[in-house]
Amino acid sequence: MLLIPCPWCGHRDESEFTCGGEAHIQRPPDPAALDDAEWADYVFMRTNPKGRHRERWCHSHGCGRWFNVERHTVTHDIVAVYRMGETPPDDGDVDGS
Amino acid sequence: MTRYSIFSLARNALGYHRSWPRAWRSPEPAPTYDVVIVGGGGHGLATAYYLAKEHDIGRIAVLEKSWLGGGNTGRNTTIIRSNYLWDESAHLYEKALQLYEGLSRELNFNIMLSQRGVLNLAHNEHDLKEMSRRVRAIRLNGIDSEILDPAGVKTEVPIINIAGDVRYPILGASLQRRGGVARHDAVAWGFARAADARGVDIIQNCEVTGIEIANGRIRGLQTSRGTIATKKVGLVAAGHSSVLAAMAGLRLPIESHPLQAMVSEPIKPVLNSVVMSNTVHVYVSQSDKGELVIGAGIDGFNSYAQRGSFQVVESQMGALLELFPIFSRLRMLRQWGGIVDVCPDASPIVGKTPVDGLYINCGWGTGGFKATPGSGWAFAHTIARNEPHELNAPFTLERFSSGALIDEHGAAAVAH
Repeated sequence: MLLIPCPWCGHRDESEFTCGGEAHIQRPPDPAALDDAEWADYVFMRTNPKGRHRERWCHSHGCGRWFNVERHTVTHDIVAVYRMGETPPDDGDVDGS
Repeated sequence: MTRYSIFSLARNALGYHRSWPRAWRSPEPAPTYDVVIVGGGGHGLATAYYLAKEHDIGRIAVLEKSWLGGGNTGRNTTIIRSNYLWDESAHLYEKALQLYEGLSRELNFNIMLSQRGVLNLAHNEHDLKEMSRRVRAIRLNGIDSEILDPAGVKTEVPIINIAGDVRYPILGASLQRRGGVARHDAVAWGFARAADARGVDIIQNCEVTGIEIANGRIRGLQTSRGTIATKKVGLVAAGHSSVLAAMAGLRLPIESHPLQAMVSEPIKPVLNSVVMSNTVHVYVSQSDKGELVIGAGIDGFNSYAQRGSFQVVESQMGALLELFPIFSRLRMLRQWGGIVDVCPDASPIVGKTPVDGLYINCGWGTGGFKATPGSGWAFAHTIARNEPHELNAPFTLERFSSGALIDEHGAAAVAH
């Protein structure tokens, strides 16, 4: 089980949280301008890296807030936690490392 | 290939089993192949076998970064069934089940198929209605399926608890009698041996590190054992599909999650069927050795680590004991995890990619084992003819752009 540092509540067990998947996927500003493949890329395609992954978590059985976690998908080490709207830490190559 | 038979067994018994031949060769990779399959699990080996058997395609290699069947093929709970809701899935999984039914003979390798019946339990009104719809849809596709009331469930599985005083009482079940289990390692080994006998080079400990593409066409692969030139590549890498696809500049609608299973200490035969419950989220059968083989759900986060979380084990055990209070003192022996490739519509992707000569077979998620021969059969056709067979034509990567999704969350849900 992961021990996740919620930015508001501190360290809590993973079972209090819900993982919301890949972070920083922006809704296209003008969806009508996209073709089907571009829309599919937004809705369905995921980076799914083997390495560091930025993802959203919600402290659903705690404060109920969403926040971002940068976590390694092999070691499960949590590298960084930052709030919604904050700039992710600049730590080089996230997706492939 | 030396045929396995009662006579070869007797002959080798006289020699104290010291002169059995190797089941397959271990060749050095050649500089060029006509087709290279990346991934030496069940699906990849089945693809190579059917390519060699049914298509005149030239030299074929299977590259495996580790050992054969060491990924999800050797980590699943070995359940086989074809009770899927939608026509597209029903036809594909039924093809697989039919191939399974003749596979031991075809491969001359005992895959220990045991069609002991698979029960899917219903625990509430919605489950009952959904089950009723599902069973009728399955029967319309010519696939066996029937509905049991609680007394019927008790007849099939005498040790199950059908009392009404639990949180999720058993109100009924669907049963596919042709469903069951098979020995998962034997499926990989049987396909490997039969493919090798037809000239397929199976190369283990050979990891693909790069995909060479020129003008939108496959040129070859870079591997940990040198460069291999080829015009056709089939990627069959389950949980690592996104990593391989990224080498070709492709993005997939796939997320990799850990899925775990465990076995108990061996006990005398008590459970003759496969019992699955989507609602309380557990599935269990008893192996020939007497161990209970118990599966759980996936972890909620992306991961490439082949291990699962403890809270999943806890809820899985809770569910098991509610169904079978008799198991309360049973000790668990081993627990492990595999990395499953989960698609948004819980259906696989078997087909072509935007790169000429690059084909992909992935997204089987939590239930790929049951599809192994059908998946390989259809994928071999796709690679050889450069167009999908009608069985896998709906399972394209383009369906995520066209919107023609095949939503099998109901059939897949837990199960597998």
